[in-house]
Amino acid sequence: MIAQQLVNGLMLGAIYVMVAVSFTLFFGCLNFLNFSVPALFMLGGFLTWALVQMGLPWVLAVVGALAAAALASLVVERLTWRIQRGGPPLIPLVSSLGFLILFENLVLVRWGSDARSIPSPFGDANIRIGEVVVGIPQLACLVVAIGLVFGLQFLLARSKLGRGIRSVAESPETAAILGVEVNKVVPRLFLLAGLFCALAGVMFSLSYQLVSPFMGDQVALKGLAAMVLGGMGNVWGAVIGGLIIGVVEVFAISGLSADHVNVVVYGLLLAVLIIRPTGLFGDAALGQQKL
Amino acid sequence: MSGYWAGILVILAINVIAAYSAWLPLAAGQVNLGTAGFMAVGAYAGAVLSGDYAWPLPYAIAAGAAASGALALLVGSAVLRARGLYLALATLAVNEVVRGILLNWDAVGGASGYPVIAHLELPPIALAALGVFLLAAWLGASRFGMTLHAIEQDETMTGLFGVHVPRTQLAAFAIGGALAGLAGALYAHHFSYIEAQYFTVLLSVTIVLSVVLGGVQTVWGPLVGAAFFTLLPELFRGASNWRYVLFAAAVIGIMALRPQGIVTRAALMRLTGRKPA
Repeated sequence: MIAQQLVNGLMLGAIYVMVAVSFTLFFGCLNFLNFSVPALFMLGGFLTWALVQMGLPWVLAVVGALAAAALASLVVERLTWRIQRGGPPLIPLVSSLGFLILFENLVLVRWGSDARSIPSPFGDANIRIGEVVVGIPQLACLVVAIGLVFGLQFLLARSKLGRGIRSVAESPETAAILGVEVNKVVPRLFLLAGLFCALAGVMFSLSYQLVSPFMGDQVALKGLAAMVLGGMGNVWGAVIGGLIIGVVEVFAISGLSADHVNVVVYGLLLAVLIIRPTGLFGDAALGQQKL
Repeated sequence: MSGYWAGILVILAINVIAAYSAWLPLAAGQVNLGTAGFMAVGAYAGAVLSGDYAWPLPYAIAAGAAASGALALLVGSAVLRARGLYLALATLAVNEVVRGILLNWDAVGGASGYPVIAHLELPPIALAALGVFLLAAWLGASRFGMTLHAIEQDETMTGLFGVHVPRTQLAAFAIGGALAGLAGALYAHHFSYIEAQYFTVLLSVTIVLSVVLGGVQTVWGPLVGAAFFTLLPELFRGASNWRYVLFAAAVIGIMALRPQGIVTRAALMRLTGRKPA
């Protein structure tokens, strides 16, 4: 059953990859540890459920949920980065935690705190490869996640927006002097990163068929751990970190128990950071500055 | 004083101690996202010593603080090589590992929690919070506090002036850990019941960010931040379900208006009529 666990782990890891990439965009480009990411993840997953519940077909529900999360991400940009940039980097963090509490509790007020089950549009479709059973939705998530990361990499490397983002990452002031419209590039970055983690939330809810107002907290922490485990500075660190954490988590559940997952996953992160203080593949110059 | 207000003041006092535990490393530019984990160590160590080993309460609580301080010293010497976000995540990992171990440790009740027999009322807890505030004020005004502030401003330069930067940071981290353990041990002996699920990373994050909201520049910041995070949700209690929505909106609003934190050096100087430097 090792092959089966490995496959399950990679598919769970795909979701961590998406969240880790979202954190990487915020942190790598803006030096902003955005604590509203768990809430955007939750909005993607939870609003999909809510809209399906209101009778929308699930494709429209997903689009609606993503749009709402993207809008939320833009609001976060307005009230954190835009007005607090240049100050101590911990400040936008506090505001983003404020948004985490805000969005989670808005959902809580409207729909209550219970976990809800969401029907899968794919039924329990799966394919078998030898002994290994692969769920279609999970497989789709893995493929979409890896595809999107490649797309993002291409976007950052080649497009005008990508060049703008990279120049803002270097220095917002210099970028502005050189004619980059920082106040247009940064909202687009928030849009992009917000969509990444909201989509991860949609994938999570369709794969595991469970949503709740606080579904983002644990997943996002593991996504953050994935980013740091892989090391910052390139998207591939986030990808490898996410897949490692997914696989380790699944093996910890089957080998020990679900209660031991956090000890194993975070123990691994701690061990890596003690031995390699910049993560596995981290650029030594990044992520070192004061938070 | 009604039981309701006594309960709030106990939580306030414990949050104030936790805030100072996060403030010390923060003053030296280190973000410790493991505060709740150190609180858990203090809570469990103190509770086991006062319960299973029948230690007198003050000794048990002091031992709880010492245990988490020792753990912080150990962890600090291993992870302080990591910087910035890497350090924050390493301490976050410590939090989750501690919580996971306690959750699976049957001798301390595992997932069902651990009942605490000995009980503490408000006065000794408030006294402890006052003591921690005075200690922090003294440390902040001492040479040690100035060194921390200098490290926060410019690590390299401070090192060039002959300060042993890693050792100073480790000291701040370990004292912070001990204070977190004290907060945890007091918590355990007031609420008579502890469970690992309470000491989450989100609690650590909230503690650190309450300090930032209050302001890290002065010794008053953590006090104001802890009071804000404890009392404001109570103020909105009448709004029932909406109270955390209102609270979050207030946090966002305040940080938009006062991005340096509520209490800054300049603001204090204006209040006391001194000229800002």
